[in-house]
Amino acid sequence: MLQLAELTKKYNTGELALKGVTLEIPKGQVLALIGPSGAGKSTLIRCVNRLVQPTSGSVVLKGTELTKLSSSALRKARRRMGMIFQEYALVERLTVMENVLSGRLGYVGFWRSYFRKFPRADIQEAYRLLDRVGLKHMADKRADELSGGQRQRVGICRALIQNPDLLLVDEPTASLDPKTSRQIMRLIQELCSERGLTAIINIHDVFLAQMFSQRVVGLELGSVVYDGKPDGLTPEVLTRIYGEEDWSATIKSTDEDDDDEEEF
Amino acid sequence: MPAITNNGIETWRLRTSKEQWIRWVCWLIGLAVIMYAWQMISEKTVWFFVTDAPTQAADIGSRMVPPKWSYMDKLWKPVWDTINIATIGTIIAMVIAVPVAFATARNTTPNIVVRTIGLFIIVSSRSVNSLIWALILVFILGPGVLAGTIAIGLRSIGFCAKLIYESIEEIDHTQVEAIEATGASGPQKMIFGILPQVLPTIAGVGIYRWDINIRESTILGLVGAGGIGLQLNGSLNTLAWTQVSLILIVILITVFISEWVSAKVRGAII
Repeated sequence: MLQLAELTKKYNTGELALKGVTLEIPKGQVLALIGPSGAGKSTLIRCVNRLVQPTSGSVVLKGTELTKLSSSALRKARRRMGMIFQEYALVERLTVMENVLSGRLGYVGFWRSYFRKFPRADIQEAYRLLDRVGLKHMADKRADELSGGQRQRVGICRALIQNPDLLLVDEPTASLDPKTSRQIMRLIQELCSERGLTAIINIHDVFLAQMFSQRVVGLELGSVVYDGKPDGLTPEVLTRIYGEEDWSATIKSTDEDDDDEEEF
Repeated sequence: MPAITNNGIETWRLRTSKEQWIRWVCWLIGLAVIMYAWQMISEKTVWFFVTDAPTQAADIGSRMVPPKWSYMDKLWKPVWDTINIATIGTIIAMVIAVPVAFATARNTTPNIVVRTIGLFIIVSSRSVNSLIWALILVFILGPGVLAGTIAIGLRSIGFCAKLIYESIEEIDHTQVEAIEATGASGPQKMIFGILPQVLPTIAGVGIYRWDINIRESTILGLVGAGGIGLQLNGSLNTLAWTQVSLILIVILITVFISEWVSAKVRGAII
């Protein structure tokens, strides 16, 4: 469904953030992208929706080449790609409802969005999504009144109301405590399977990556150094991705797999 | 640098001896300049007037009391004019300053030419005092409230636009990025991503400037641009000290009220 071919990004500073990444992601797959800080994880997902313009290579979503799109065609393409951010990136001074509805901006005109006159179907969908993540009662609260976990749920609603084919998730749990992290990851995972969504999740918590994804890609200095099943992350593999360290406590051993899923 | 090894013992001082000496010499030069300047001022001062000052002040003070309360009848209109000059001037300034700010801020400017024009507007408005604007405008428009209002407006554009464009440049970019990622257009990004972040600043700056403008508009009358300053000037020229004292009291109360209002409104917004 999503094909990246020889994707390369060189920043103006001369830093080569991505060195010819090639990935093929089938429909419905939840892929965790792991790697040390500065490995190019954020750059990679931003190159997909072109918040960062790739230097060369191609990104093909459902048969559409994204890297060469004109700005209006790009806006249309972005409507089908939901993005979830590390620091939630909600517009702090707008209400929860306005934040969720902002996911529909690609579909409504300027004046309708200025006067917040969104179509009734969008509003109903927003309430449904807020209800799904357990925040319906917070709809009229301002975003800055919410806790971290609640904000991220609103961020998820904003991405989902776009009715996307693809979710781009950038460090969704980096600002959250361990329990909330797990809840948010589980929510993302559930919603992906409910809707058959494809997702790329940047995450630097190896344990969470193993727990909630079907496939793990390890990135190091802009190159893919691992691509395989979550339980294939052996100490040797982690050393290749992150460097030398004692990995024995980090990796989820395969036999306690099922217990963990129940426990959290 | 300050870590010094002395007889094999590591010591630490904030500055090396050389740095310390340079600092002493700089202080000494500064002190010498101040002494010299003081001496120059002292030479050019007629000390007789200075020693006489307390007597003069006491004399004028005694002529000022009691304030001529009956004069108040003639002051209501000028006070009302003063408030109008400040309020309408601020509104004019804000209407112009907000677009100028968006055109000037690095992250919202369309191009470098527009940004340069914006900066030019800001600098030229800020570099001229409102009293001078009023002086010029009285020549062009004739004396009266209109000249004062426009003077206040012109003076305030730069102040407001500068503070607003700085706050536009300091917004959280990820919020804008998130709106952009939904497929929003440029103008939509502006109203959903940027405007909510700078709206409190826009309102706060407007109120703050209005507060300053109340004070500025009280003196515009000195050059004939309307408001209570006109009465103040007239009373000073006719040595009507009891009227002067009443006007000063009225100005003081007006400024007090405007400060109170602006503090309340700002508190409500932020």
